[in-house]
Amino acid sequence: MTTRLDLPELQQPSRRTFLKSAGVAAAGLLIGFQWIGSGGRAMAADPAEGTFAPNAFLRIGPDDSVTVIAKHVEMGQGAYTGIATILAEELDADWRKVRVESAPADAERYANLAWGKMQGTGGSSAMANSWMQLREAGAKARAMLIAAAAAAWNVPVSELTTREGVVHHAASGRQASYGSLAAAASKLPVPENVTLKSPEEFRLVGRQAPRVDAAAKSDGTAQFTLDVTMPGMLVALLQRPPQFGATVKSFDASAAKAVPGVVSVVQVPRGVAVVAQGFWAAKQGRDALKVEWDDSKAEKRSSDAMLAEYRQLAEKPGLPARVEGDAATALAGAAKTVSASYEFPYLAHAPMEPLDAVVKLTADRCEIWTGAQFQTIDQANAAKTAGLEPQQVTIHTLYAGGSFGRRANPGSDYIVEAVSIAKALGANGTPVKLQWTREDDIHGGLYRPMYVHKLEAGLDAEGKLIGWRHRIVGQSILAGTPFEQMMVKDGVDHTSVEGAANLPYAIPNMSVELTTTQAGVPVLWWRVVGSSHTAFAVEAFIDEAAQAAGQDPLAFRRALLAKQPRLLGVLELAAEKAGWDPAKPLPKGRGRGIAVAEAFNTYVAQVAEVTVDEKGQVKVDRVVCAVDCGTPINPDIIAAQMEGGIGFGLGAVMHSAITLKDGKVEQNNFDGYQVLRIAEMPKVEVHIVPSGEAPTGVGEPGVAPVGPAVANAIFAATGKRVHTLPFLSQGRLA
Amino acid sequence: MATTLVLNGKNITLDADPSMPLLWAIREVAGLTGTKFGCGMAQCGACTVHMDGQAVRSCVLPLSAVAGKHITTIEGLESKPAKAVQAAWVKLQVPQCGYCQSGQIMSATALLERNAAPSDADIDAAMNGNICRCATYARIRDAIHEAADTLKA
Repeated sequence: MTTRLDLPELQQPSRRTFLKSAGVAAAGLLIGFQWIGSGGRAMAADPAEGTFAPNAFLRIGPDDSVTVIAKHVEMGQGAYTGIATILAEELDADWRKVRVESAPADAERYANLAWGKMQGTGGSSAMANSWMQLREAGAKARAMLIAAAAAAWNVPVSELTTREGVVHHAASGRQASYGSLAAAASKLPVPENVTLKSPEEFRLVGRQAPRVDAAAKSDGTAQFTLDVTMPGMLVALLQRPPQFGATVKSFDASAAKAVPGVVSVVQVPRGVAVVAQGFWAAKQGRDALKVEWDDSKAEKRSSDAMLAEYRQLAEKPGLPARVEGDAATALAGAAKTVSASYEFPYLAHAPMEPLDAVVKLTADRCEIWTGAQFQTIDQANAAKTAGLEPQQVTIHTLYAGGSFGRRANPGSDYIVEAVSIAKALGANGTPVKLQWTREDDIHGGLYRPMYVHKLEAGLDAEGKLIGWRHRIVGQSILAGTPFEQMMVKDGVDHTSVEGAANLPYAIPNMSVELTTTQAGVPVLWWRVVGSSHTAFAVEAFIDEAAQAAGQDPLAFRRALLAKQPRLLGVLELAAEKAGWDPAKPLPKGRGRGIAVAEAFNTYVAQVAEVTVDEKGQVKVDRVVCAVDCGTPINPDIIAAQMEGGIGFGLGAVMHSAITLKDGKVEQNNFDGYQVLRIAEMPKVEVHIVPSGEAPTGVGEPGVAPVGPAVANAIFAATGKRVHTLPFLSQGRLA
Repeated sequence: MATTLVLNGKNITLDADPSMPLLWAIREVAGLTGTKFGCGMAQCGACTVHMDGQAVRSCVLPLSAVAGKHITTIEGLESKPAKAVQAAWVKLQVPQCGYCQSGQIMSATALLERNAAPSDADIDAAMNGNICRCATYARIRDAIHEAADTLKA
């Protein structure tokens, strides 16, 4: 028997709440996705006899197994463990008996509550939106198990307690495991109201519950899309155009078809697919394929030319993203002014698992296996491609071998490709796996946009910041997507300016402006979205302003953050733990830098220590990180996400860039698109601010401050400012 | 064409194109999926296996080059150092997305099998060919030290 948990009606978030919480869209989407809600689907698996499945998130088996159903994808960020921790906490489950299963795509039951009626993972929102929902789910299930025991023993509910998956009756010494009560509990009504634990009662939240996926990811048994295999499955590689926007003019498949193992060569909207019995045959077939492209609508510019245009645009006013007082007058009347420009390249996400999806398509059904991050959108896009209704599309969400935003895209590119290939093959039920290569990934677009920022600050005679102008130039991530209506307001794409328009520093006259450019290069959010560039510009420039004011960078920030207690809290904690002391600079050739940022309602400050030798080689020795993410659900995962975010961000600012020459991407693989390797990984210390606030996410925010903290440390070590990313060229400071 | 090798301690004959990289022969012909595809050109280490005890990149090694060789994949790890490495990986909660970790563990095991007490510099040198985009590097270093310590004890 399955009883639906009586969840409160999903509230459509206000735009402001939404923008604060997500970085990905909601209400605008409802227009496009209102078909959802036409009835629930079956449970993730039909509960077996004697199983207690009181809501969409939990099953307890007669063998005491506790299965938590995760509506969010596990892509490394620890979502499965966090989700299980929240539910198991209120259930009082035995953590050793808890396992996690992926939820089916079903926006009715598995919506991300931060986004309205859409299932998906992003904007570091998994813990924040699951917190109350899963606590309630766990607590109501626990109440039903207690009620079942009370009825069986004929004792009052108030005399029963629970601990680690067992109901106890102290007076009589009786006890019963949850599994033994499952069948009886499943016949009881779901309670209307339930009392949640107070934080002092937490046994799992705030402790180091081990990751549910650590063992399978240490012995090779964790299943990724790459590992999906089924009888008769074919493997497809897709030849895409060499320039964005080019299309197939003609192709010659004869050599490709001559490769043993190649089964078919089919044209689809995004290119020409070579379909074979395995990867190697498909790869050889694709290498032999000859395609002529029509480049009449292709983007043929070089990134250098685009950058030159962006620099000119940064000299002109943009659309207002934030206006306080009169920045122009303040800057004109300032005792001292300082200005700087910062340049950011296109960045690929380059998750370790190249994109892949397995599709089984018939005339009336589409089944998809992939590390889906935007299930509701993916379902809609797959349906549209297949000519089906979304309800006819089933998605099995698997572990994703990283994503960093790449698998969350409004066009579901890789899934649509896979479905289009299955359709071109005749929709005959033959499973087909679309496999991207690393070259496909690096060439595949949907990059973090290229940006130019220009900042100007004015100081009064006492060195106080009285004026601030910040101009941002770059492509919009959301224009032309279903998210545009929600998150592009008066021409300003929120994701272009977040971290800049909400500048927390108290400056009386401020103008943050955006010039949105047009380019044929597809762009997308990349871990920490806008703050992947805005935090660098703001935090590097505030350091330049502090220098102009003749003040210590920490003291300068502190004075401007008096009304920002949580930012100030992490700033002070990181500084203290790092031993920040302007009276004691590091020895020659070494330097210390600080930066602080808020992203997705999580607050992070970092102090970086670097060594720069005479040749300009940079070593980041240590990063001390302080984070305030509200109630810490799993401190070890929080630390891991800070460590990983620091390494991810560091690799980008040191090495990574996608550049175009005549519209063609110049990098191919990890030789040209360089990322952080172990020898460059600094020692990282993470300090978590104790908090009783509602939990917020940690997957992305740790990325934001590391770049500027390191840039500011390089200045302290060398007297040179970093204005162009990546900052290393041939392994040295440019 | 068939190639015979010793895979995880067992003689096996794989009927496949001899130019097929070992990675795909292991995954798609032998059916062992713990070894991952990351770059196809020995840049990232996700495909690392052992050939006669040495860490090698299976994505660039043609099947013809491994005839008669002893190949070990993550599924075939049995040595004491290997078990110590895997235990340390779990104890220190190294994996995040987990996709690169088979390769990381194969490289770490090969390191400990030839150097029982590696320094940070030894670890960085041995592991620099294994990319982790989640940047679990600090824990990888700590876990290799942890495994070395447990082997000493």
